[in-house]
Amino acid sequence: MPEFPGSPTQSQSLAQTPVQSQSTGQSQSMGQSHSAGAPPHGVLQGYDPAGMFCEMLRPGQPTHPALSLLLSRLAAMPIESLRRRAVDAERDLLERGITFTVYSDATAIDRILPFDLIPRVLTPPEWRQIETGVIQRVRALNMFLHDIYHEQKVLKDGIIPRELVLGNAGYCQQMVGFGVPFGTYVHVCGTDIVRDETGRFMVLEDNARTPSGVAYVVENRHMTLRVLSDLMTGLSVRGVDEYGLRLHHAMAEIAPQSVLDPQVVVLSPGIFNSAYFEHVFLAREMGVPLVEGRDLLVENGKVWMRTTAGLAPVHTIYRRIGDDFLDPDVFNPDSLLGVRGLMDAWRRGSVAIANAVGTGVADDKAVYAYMPRIIRYYLSEEPILPNVDTHICAEPDALAYTLDNLEKLVVKPVAESGGYGLLIGPHATKAQLAEFRERLKHNPTNYISQPTVKLSVSPTLTDEGVQPRHIDLRPFAITGKGTWVLPGGLSRVALRKGTLVVNSSQGGGTKDTWVLA
Amino acid sequence: MSATLTEPRSAHLIARHAEGTLWLARYMERIENQARLLDVTNTFARDADDTRNWLTILRINGDLEAFYAKHTEANLASVGAFYVLDRDNTTSVQVGIQAARENARTLRALISTEMWLQINVFSSRIRALTATDLLPDHFAATCGMLKEGTQAHTGITEGTFYRDQAWHFYMMGRYLERADQTTRLLDTRFHALAPQTSAGDLEIDAGQWNALLRAAAGYHAYRREHPNGYNAVEVAGFLLANGAFPRSVGLNLMQIEWHLNQLRTRYQLRGTRAPLERLDELNATMTHRNVADMMHGALSPFLDYVQQQIAALHGDIIEGFCR
Repeated sequence: MPEFPGSPTQSQSLAQTPVQSQSTGQSQSMGQSHSAGAPPHGVLQGYDPAGMFCEMLRPGQPTHPALSLLLSRLAAMPIESLRRRAVDAERDLLERGITFTVYSDATAIDRILPFDLIPRVLTPPEWRQIETGVIQRVRALNMFLHDIYHEQKVLKDGIIPRELVLGNAGYCQQMVGFGVPFGTYVHVCGTDIVRDETGRFMVLEDNARTPSGVAYVVENRHMTLRVLSDLMTGLSVRGVDEYGLRLHHAMAEIAPQSVLDPQVVVLSPGIFNSAYFEHVFLAREMGVPLVEGRDLLVENGKVWMRTTAGLAPVHTIYRRIGDDFLDPDVFNPDSLLGVRGLMDAWRRGSVAIANAVGTGVADDKAVYAYMPRIIRYYLSEEPILPNVDTHICAEPDALAYTLDNLEKLVVKPVAESGGYGLLIGPHATKAQLAEFRERLKHNPTNYISQPTVKLSVSPTLTDEGVQPRHIDLRPFAITGKGTWVLPGGLSRVALRKGTLVVNSSQGGGTKDTWVLA
Repeated sequence: MSATLTEPRSAHLIARHAEGTLWLARYMERIENQARLLDVTNTFARDADDTRNWLTILRINGDLEAFYAKHTEANLASVGAFYVLDRDNTTSVQVGIQAARENARTLRALISTEMWLQINVFSSRIRALTATDLLPDHFAATCGMLKEGTQAHTGITEGTFYRDQAWHFYMMGRYLERADQTTRLLDTRFHALAPQTSAGDLEIDAGQWNALLRAAAGYHAYRREHPNGYNAVEVAGFLLANGAFPRSVGLNLMQIEWHLNQLRTRYQLRGTRAPLERLDELNATMTHRNVADMMHGALSPFLDYVQQQIAALHGDIIEGFCR
């Protein structure tokens, strides 16, 4: 399974989340007017979102001229033309090697992440909400991380249970008392966002370790420009080409202060990693070397890379390998991917590492439930992007609500060590509900519950023509001194009918994401 | 380079990438040579003893033993399969392109996008080859495809590869491989193991010289230099010591020397001492006169020596810059 999407540790597929569609297979008419323009015709004839929020038709939302134009252009496009372009795009991806490699036995197969050429569009007000919401969230995540590795006020004030944080697998003892520049731990953050049937944005999950997928954001745009530029002509869509510059800027910002022209590198596990294509992309876009652990060494508390001119100093490492593999001296002693002594060099301040070690505790599922409170606690602000409603069963009211509404809810265990099993209320038998009810009463602290959500859909080219398919969104935020969010993000789409799983091993694909200017 | 132009920023080159770049060039160059040799053997070397001609390729690559472990007879189908299709044969085009692609993948952040794209597409095309592509009615076209693919690579590299340190390593790899391949080609006619005509080494018929020169893409250039016909001394001199023929050993060694000097002066790299010293010695032997002196019996040991020195030169470069 590729690291992106579908990293077993990070990229949670929607099917593993409590967000479930209730309208699968149903086909009732929306009974609403299409506010984005004329009723669907052409390839959109018969297109029916069946009560879910459609990102293109946008029932009940203010229309946008660019969206209406896009819709009429799309409708006027013959299906054969769309299919021909899709074939071109697929071949292009293979030829460019925008692939991940699946290894089985002795064979290696290059697979592409399917690209659906019908773009997903975000209007300026929508983007403003996402952008400010992500910035707010990243700020809170960084303040939370600083706090739990220093004063631990958030624990003392009882905002989040102590054992949930300190006993968390992602909590890193080595980070206690260790400060990082600007208090930034999460330099690159991917926030997974979904929309419900009313079009409301909600955060599904934070990815604060090494979120992947940004290369596809940029490559998807290039692909649109190659195979579908006539759809975009004259529309003001915000560019995505700035990512490398912004990332390099942040990486230089966090480098040791004494260095004038810091050497940045991207640290990859190597060509056999499923996200290798993205590592190449990042190195290229920043104009810096793509290194592996064997290219680096630590001597006299400093990090060096082996070059044709001998050893050369390294000042910032954008690492795409997990905490456990980073330094065999401190973490997994068997790791061949990391660099011996790296943690020590980092502690001495001779090198910067992004993302910081120990951020896993912040994007943990259990901690997620507390994010709205964490935002209020540190920033005295309401979350701009809400969580999916989450009931923390450790709390009596929430437990009572959960027990009363079990058949409507999804219940899942919070801590990896704690409860087990996941209950999808609407799909459960009476016996299963009864059994889970007992389990909940017995050990409520191990569970949270959430309502099922009808995910939004987007018109997608399928074998049955243009059909609604569920999508999500992962914007990418870069943080050095301040935070910048790449306009757009990765829109993942579930290509199979009715399925909510958007990750690639389950037939998921991606779409270009247009943020209108 | 003119003093008024801006030099490339002295960005560091990861040692492992330098080595990969050198190998990328070698593998691509090797595929071209392999295709050229197969093509020429199929087209121009047709005489009564078909087996002898196909054995020549096996000798060049030192593959007699490996070949006969799998095949009983050397002919178009068997030698073609051994060099074009066989994924276990380390000297096959299949293995070569996979190695080239893996190096290109490692270097993908360093080489141009067009270079990567072409290698990627070319490698899938090679992977898709089957025995049908080696049938007599299609063999020449297959060799043509292989040659064109490598030449497209060479052209794309010329037109898109940024000429900083990595480019120098790339070019050294290409020239090392060319020099090596040319000595191997010469070996087929002058080596003790080479097929002997009744009149001895020096009187191989025109058809044989023809094939030899065509395999090195030197036929027309040689005709222009020597309109009067073939002469063993002249052919050997042309392939070893000509200063204008792109595949002559001497020219390739001189070009390596130029790139080493660039690395020394422009990038102040220290690893150039050993390879430059070895080149000094080797270049001194690449004279027409020296070649002529060795024609009677001494050329074969000389070619062995040159091959060893080229391998050692590769070793010097890796040792000097990449370790």
